[in-house]
Amino acid sequence: MPQAQVEAKVEPQVPVAPVQPTLTAEGTSLITGSEAIAVACKLADVDVITAYPIRPYDTVMQYVAKLVSNGELDCEYIVAESEHSQFEVVKHASAVGARVFCGSSGVGWMYAFEALTVTPALRIPMVAMVGNRALDDPGAFGVEHNDALAVRDLGWQLVWVDNAQEALDTALIAYRVAEDRRIFLPCAISCDGAFLTHSQALVKIPSQAKVDAFLPRYNRGDLLLHPDNPITVAPQANEDWLMEIRRQNAAAMERSLTVIREAYADFERIFGRKYGLPFFEEYMTDDADVVLVGMGTMSNPVRVAIRKMREQGMKVGFVRMRWFRPFAAEELAATLGRFKAVGVIDRDFSFGSPYMGGVLATEVRTALYPAAKRPPVVGFICGLGGREVTVPDVNRMTRSVYLAAEGKAQPGTQWIGLRE
Amino acid sequence: MGQLFAVEIVYRGIFQKTLAKNIGRALVLAAHREGKPGITFGRYGDSPERNGVPAKNFAIIATDDLTLEEGMAKYEPKQVDVTIAVDDTLCKGVESWAWYGLQPINRLLKPNGTLIVTSHQTPETLVAMAHRKEDPYQLAIVKGIASFSGLWVYKDDHTDVRILGTVAKVLPQLCNLASVEQVIRDEWHDELKVTSARKSHSQTAPVTVTSLQGNPEKPYEFTFPKWTEMREGIAIPCIPPGHAMEDPNNGKSGGYRPERNPTFKKFTTRTMRPVVNFDTCIKCTLCWLQCPDSCFDVTPDSLYDANMQACCGCGVCEAVCPVDKCVTMVNETQFSDNASQWEMWKKDKEGYHRWLDEKIANRPERSHGFRYRGQYEQELKDQAKTANQG
Repeated sequence: MPQAQVEAKVEPQVPVAPVQPTLTAEGTSLITGSEAIAVACKLADVDVITAYPIRPYDTVMQYVAKLVSNGELDCEYIVAESEHSQFEVVKHASAVGARVFCGSSGVGWMYAFEALTVTPALRIPMVAMVGNRALDDPGAFGVEHNDALAVRDLGWQLVWVDNAQEALDTALIAYRVAEDRRIFLPCAISCDGAFLTHSQALVKIPSQAKVDAFLPRYNRGDLLLHPDNPITVAPQANEDWLMEIRRQNAAAMERSLTVIREAYADFERIFGRKYGLPFFEEYMTDDADVVLVGMGTMSNPVRVAIRKMREQGMKVGFVRMRWFRPFAAEELAATLGRFKAVGVIDRDFSFGSPYMGGVLATEVRTALYPAAKRPPVVGFICGLGGREVTVPDVNRMTRSVYLAAEGKAQPGTQWIGLRE
Repeated sequence: MGQLFAVEIVYRGIFQKTLAKNIGRALVLAAHREGKPGITFGRYGDSPERNGVPAKNFAIIATDDLTLEEGMAKYEPKQVDVTIAVDDTLCKGVESWAWYGLQPINRLLKPNGTLIVTSHQTPETLVAMAHRKEDPYQLAIVKGIASFSGLWVYKDDHTDVRILGTVAKVLPQLCNLASVEQVIRDEWHDELKVTSARKSHSQTAPVTVTSLQGNPEKPYEFTFPKWTEMREGIAIPCIPPGHAMEDPNNGKSGGYRPERNPTFKKFTTRTMRPVVNFDTCIKCTLCWLQCPDSCFDVTPDSLYDANMQACCGCGVCEAVCPVDKCVTMVNETQFSDNASQWEMWKKDKEGYHRWLDEKIANRPERSHGFRYRGQYEQELKDQAKTANQG
């Protein structure tokens, strides 16, 4: 008798799981953050998608593959032989006018680095998903933000989301912003590994008609690589040209702040879902004495901790950064200037950086420096490698921020949740 | 502020890169013997690893460190005391891989500065090739071929030290002959090279070039666009398709002339050019097919006319042409314009053949490179004779 049949007999009887509801128009589906991104690809009718497996990004390529094989998404779906090729292929496809999607995680993203540098330089409006993962070594699956942050200086627009609905919505917004002729810069959507990529949540799926109303077709215009528009792209150009080329890209990034605002306003008008100020989300900040600042899914334990602390009379708020590039420095400085002290939680590291801190803390301090009201900033490193950010962790950080607010000097950077 | 000296060495990559480097090094070391600090460097953007590309090396020397620092606070010198051209075809001007437009060979020379050229040509020929300059300057010829001295397997022909001897003569404030001799002993441990430098020093006889002499053409200039005027995405328009040519005799059009790069002319990048005997051409198309720069225009009568806007002078056409003496490479110093040979032939066939025969009969050493077994031995013998007799 075959082995499988023997085993089947002794297995306990379990109720059959309900069939997953299909993705209907204006329906609600129970899907992961990765699946939400894949659904956005379908709704955006992406033309070319390249893939190369690495956790946690590979969940997206699996869902995209499923959509393609089910006939729900008509696109060129290419599994490359490495991340470098993966990103190069979509770069070229975008140059000839295709809407493209790509993604990776951790050192896979780093393996594509050369392609990642040329993509914004050539003004390619690629949308990529970074399933945030710790960089090797050691080979860890869990979330750190260093992978996506590695491209922060190159012309990539970088956005962090904290739930599957926001992942879907932001992917649509990312296409709208990246493919705007005023911008033509790539956009990477960061999704925390595990907490977002591997957790299923209820997500509203917008109708195709609304998406079509929100997202015009990609029109590469005078930059289209096509026999009818004969151009040469990326010739060698030395010191006589580089400054002007860089300045053009800087100008596009400057315009991005405006275009992002427009896109969110249109998104709210068409889909009816409000995100408020696009660049960061404020939680319980109206009457707050001190606030914490962070990115990604750490918002969940932070919000819970804040509610508990407020029950004890501590006026704490949270500012969750969405857009890291472009960095809305003036808006953030104006907001943070309202509080007595600020604590920045970095799920990343920047060894040897000012005050030995994280990337976000350094940027927040920089944004605040020219501001009229400049509260003290306390930096924290927390949750590396996917380690849980606990409510007691948040309490401990908040106590330190309160001490800073009282004028008591705090260490430049504190590691929280560390065995010591 | 003390005194500042600048010397540029204009050469062709990759063949003369080591030669240019050695000249620059020796000048700095010789000046250093006299207590003057200096520095030598190649123009980085020139990418001198490319075959035949015009490139520059500089030696900056001062009487004190602070003056040297002032001289160094720029990408390259804006004025030089001495320009050294180690390939006489560069007298037509310099179009580097790194910049746009044509720089006359004497552009950076200070008033009454010296242009040193290694050449077998007469001063009259070289002066006619160089663009006119408002201020007078000196021309000193170091007799010799465009040397490969110092490049890997190429044998030393003393071009480096002969130029050093000449610099010591025309600019003794920079370094005198005694310092040059000592540096040669230290660097090369070769007393014969010291002798070569001394001979060259004594043979140097510069001539004055006035503002009335030289090529009167205005060199091609290029204006850089502002950043707001450039197309984004590092995209530049392609060169559009070409068009038919017109027969100068009957006005009939036909054939095909490709459109060419409007901002990069190759007038000065070559050291030789093909001359074509249109009467023996069998229209096999090989030159047209094999030319790496698509330089051949197809004429209405299906001949192939090498267009001097596009020719780099590589000699592939001569090598592939199956007809004896149909395509012949001739040294660039023998030409004073870039006109169409085919048009000249169409208008006056007899005149054209006289011109063609003269070019081929009198052609000097054609270009760089190894062409036959025993070539070095022959060239070294000739060079030694030239170095000895001047």
